[in-house]
Order: sequence, then structure tokens, then C-alpha cells
Amino acid sequence: MADLLEIAGVTAGYGATVILEDVTAAVKQGEALAVLGRNGVGKTTLMRTMAGHTTLHRGRIALDGRDVAALPSWKRARLGIGLVPQEREVFPSLTVLENITVATGLHRRSGEAAKAWSIERIFELFPPLADRRTNLGTQLSGGEQQMLSIGRALALQPKILLLDEPFEGLAPTIVETLVAVFQELRRAGLSIVLTEQHARLALEMTDNAVALVRGRIVVRDSSAALLRDPQALEDVLTVRG
Amino acid sequence: MTKTRVLDAAVVVALVLYPLLLPGYLDLGTRMIVMALFAMSLDLLVGYCGLVTLGHAAFFGVGAYSAGILAIRASADPLTGLLAGGVAAAILGLLAGTVLLRSRRLTLIMLTLATVLIVQETANRMNWLTGGADGLQGIDMDPVLGRFAFDLFGRVGYVYAAAVLALGFLVFRAVVDSNFGKSLVGIRENEPRMRAIGAPVDTRLRIAFVMSAALAGIAGALQAQVTEFVSLNAVSVEFSGEILIMLILGGAGRRYGAFLGAPLYVFMQDYLAKEDPANWYLWIGAMLMAIVLFAPGGLTKWIGALVGRATHASPLPGRS
Repeated sequence: MADLLEIAGVTAGYGATVILEDVTAAVKQGEALAVLGRNGVGKTTLMRTMAGHTTLHRGRIALDGRDVAALPSWKRARLGIGLVPQEREVFPSLTVLENITVATGLHRRSGEAAKAWSIERIFELFPPLADRRTNLGTQLSGGEQQMLSIGRALALQPKILLLDEPFEGLAPTIVETLVAVFQELRRAGLSIVLTEQHARLALEMTDNAVALVRGRIVVRDSSAALLRDPQALEDVLTVRG
Repeated sequence: MTKTRVLDAAVVVALVLYPLLLPGYLDLGTRMIVMALFAMSLDLLVGYCGLVTLGHAAFFGVGAYSAGILAIRASADPLTGLLAGGVAAAILGLLAGTVLLRSRRLTLIMLTLATVLIVQETANRMNWLTGGADGLQGIDMDPVLGRFAFDLFGRVGYVYAAAVLALGFLVFRAVVDSNFGKSLVGIRENEPRMRAIGAPVDTRLRIAFVMSAALAGIAGALQAQVTEFVSLNAVSVEFSGEILIMLILGGAGRRYGAFLGAPLYVFMQDYLAKEDPANWYLWIGAMLMAIVLFAPGGLTKWIGALVGRATHASPLPGRS
């Protein structure tokens, strides 16, 4: 099957600073890819580069075979790259519903019900949000904020969802809820890229994985294979050189 | 929703009650209205988009000059003049916005400052058209809608200005309550995030900028028509600063900020100019300092908090 999202030979960073070097990775339709690595190896930068929030120095980024490297981030979002940032970043002065509809006017689009991700569908996925639809962004718990951040990305009708450490700082029960949502998103056919510091959790949820050390990919394997030998993976991730 | 309905109605009631209660101060009331309209246009940029400008008088002034010059040279019909003022300011807004909106924060403030200085100097140099430092004189407006002639007591002027403000508020309300308006708030709070969730930030800011400029131009045209005079002060840095102060007094980014701040400022200015003409700016400064220190967010926020405390509003008020 053709690659949905493909990045090839990508060198990127912020301004003149280079963080990723010669990174190549691909995600197929319906595939979930884990991006592993310790703090500061470039996982977030990789996600942000896919979504168009960094400076691309070299390389190719394609969605559905179309080169998107030159497109601004909002156009990439409209084409179907939905980024859920680590900091969640809900808009404090907008209500839950407004947070979801503000960028795309989802509620007013014709044939809204026919969309893969209608408002109702998003609220079905996250019942706590439905109860709080008129609450302001500041009045949500951490878990609810994460749900809102994901729901807001779904309003784009994304082809691929980039989840940057979605479980960080959340209580175990909330993590369980979000893992269940993750499985449902996969069943709906969404491709997903997931970064996570805790390799085991990420590997259990995904098909394939790459691991970064100092901005380069050092491991590329199926998640199942990596799960079988966690020590080997650990050794690679902690390697210094 | 019901709360805002009541307050929206209160705005209209205040506009109607003022001439009944203070029939001797219609000119002052008209000035309050013009300033409220101008402050409201500025609020779209400062309060909603989070773009601070020290040059908004450029649009007010261009609207005022356009309406005034049109009245002298071509048509003295008030509504045509308002339209002309709005369109002229919108065109300047489109041009200026294209350049200015590449910057943010301090750079933006400096560039808006430069814009108003350029416009003012242009108006000064083109004195064959604008009257330069003497001001634009000889405006003589036709009756509003061909029926209501401007009178010496300012009655028609007041009603006309009040009607324009009410219409302007309807437009303002529709904009800030729309999804477009919400997206401006989103841009103010987190611009990169708005881009990441698929909002064309640059286009939306440009649209807001042009809308704001057009509204400011209409306020300027209104002032030119009711006072039948335009001075260089209408395109000055000082005036740009004053209108920003009015907005901050009332509360930026808050639906009724312009309606509270502008009349208060105009009233204080008028009152202090009579009571203490030598030091009135000092008192205005003290008032501004008091607001910023004790009621950050402006009077509307402060009053809102007082009312909230008095009525024991729920600790987690949702917006309904």
C-alpha cells in the first residue's frame, strides 16, 4: 500500500539551528507509528516538522503523494495533518464547543453529519466534553484538555493524527480512557503517529516504531519485534556517542 | 445569551435616555457617541485580535477628510459621506494591513505610529485639498435622508450619530459573536495553534484589520459631518493614544468596553477642562493609573466582577 505520509532525507530545526538530521520515515494508510526516544532527541521537532511548524533545511515531506513541504502549516492542517501538541494549548477564552469549531467552522459546513468527524461524533468519543460544551477552556481538567485538544484536531477531518506525548502528566484512569479512544480512532481507519517516552506503552499501541537519538533515527522495526527485546531497545536509546 | 441581550438593550436605552435627561448637552453626547464608535473599531484590533496600534487615528482621519472633502466638492448627502469615509479608510486599511500585519508587538506599534505620522504629514502638505493646519472648513451638510436638517441645538446630529452607532454596534456584535470573531480570539491567545488547526490566520487578521479601519473611517466621517470641520488632530498620534486610553478605561476585548470608556473619558475631559483647565491631563492620567492598578481589564470587567460577587454567581460560570 502507498505511503500516506512520507518524509525523506529531512533535515530541520528552528531557524539556523538543526535538530533533525537526514530523517526518513513513512506512515501507511491506517498504520500507527511510534516515535521513541529520550527527552530532547527531537521527537516533538519531528512532529512539528511534519505539521509545518519548523524550518525545513532539506528533504521531502509528502501527504498522499503530494509534496507539502512548501505549504504553510494551516494548509497542511486543512489537507489532513492533525497535530495534537504536547502542551494541549486549548484556548482559555473560548468554550469547549468553540474550541472545536473555531478554525474550520465545522458546525456550519454543509453535510456536517456526513463527515467522518461531526461535532456529535466527537462528543460521543469524549462524553465529558459533551457535558462541558459551554464551559471555558480554562475550566477543564488536564485530561479534559487533552480530549479537547484531540477533538479539535479531529474537526479537521484529518487523514493522519500526530499525538505528541498525549499521556504525559495524566492520571492512570485517564490514560486508560485515552488508550481506548486511540484504539477507536484506529478502528475508524485513522493513521497515527505517537511520541512517547515510555516505550512499552507506545509499542503496545502501534504497528511500527522508530527511535531517535540526537535527531537521527537509529532503530526502525515493527513494534512487536521491539517489544520482544526491550533491553536491546533500551541499550540503543541510552547510547552515547 | 439573555444577559448579553439585556445589556445590548441597555446600550440602546442609554442612547435614548441621554437626550431626555440632558437636553442641554447634546453636542457632548454626540462626541461621546463618535468616540464610542471609534473605540469600538479599535477594540476589534486591540481587544479581539490582540494587535496593539498607536496609529488608529489614520483611519478615523482619512474617513473624516474623505467625507468632508466629498461634502464640499461633490455631494453633501450624509449617508453618501459615511459610505465614502468607510470605503476610503477600508482601502487604506487594506494597504496598511498588508504591510503592518507582517509584524507583531513592538515592531507593529512602531509601524502603526509611522503610518499615522505619514498620513498626517500628507494631509498637512495637501493643504489645497485638506486646508492643512487651518483645518478643513466650509462643510455644509444636506439634511439626513433629505428630510432632517442639522439644527443649531444638535438634535438631529445626536439622533443621526446615535443611529449610526447602533448600526455599528449591530455589525460589531455580529462579527465578534461569529465563528470568525471567535477565531480572532483564538489568534490572540495562541496564533501558532490556530494555524495548526487549519485557520488561515493571515487572511483573517487582514479581514479584521480592514473591518476595523472601515468602522474607524465611518466614525471619522460622522465627526466631520456633525461638527462640519476636520482638523489635523483627527490624524494625530495624540488622538490615536487617546482612543486607546478610552478603550483601556472601559476594557479592551469586552463587548461594552468602548461604550463605557469613551463616554467616561469625554465627560471627564469636558468636566475637567471647565473645573481645572490647567491640569486636566493630570487628572486623566491619574484616572487611567487608578484603572490600570485597581481595575485591570477596565471598568466593564471590574463592574462585572462586582455584580458577580453581589449575586453569588456560580464559581464556574459557563458561557451560555
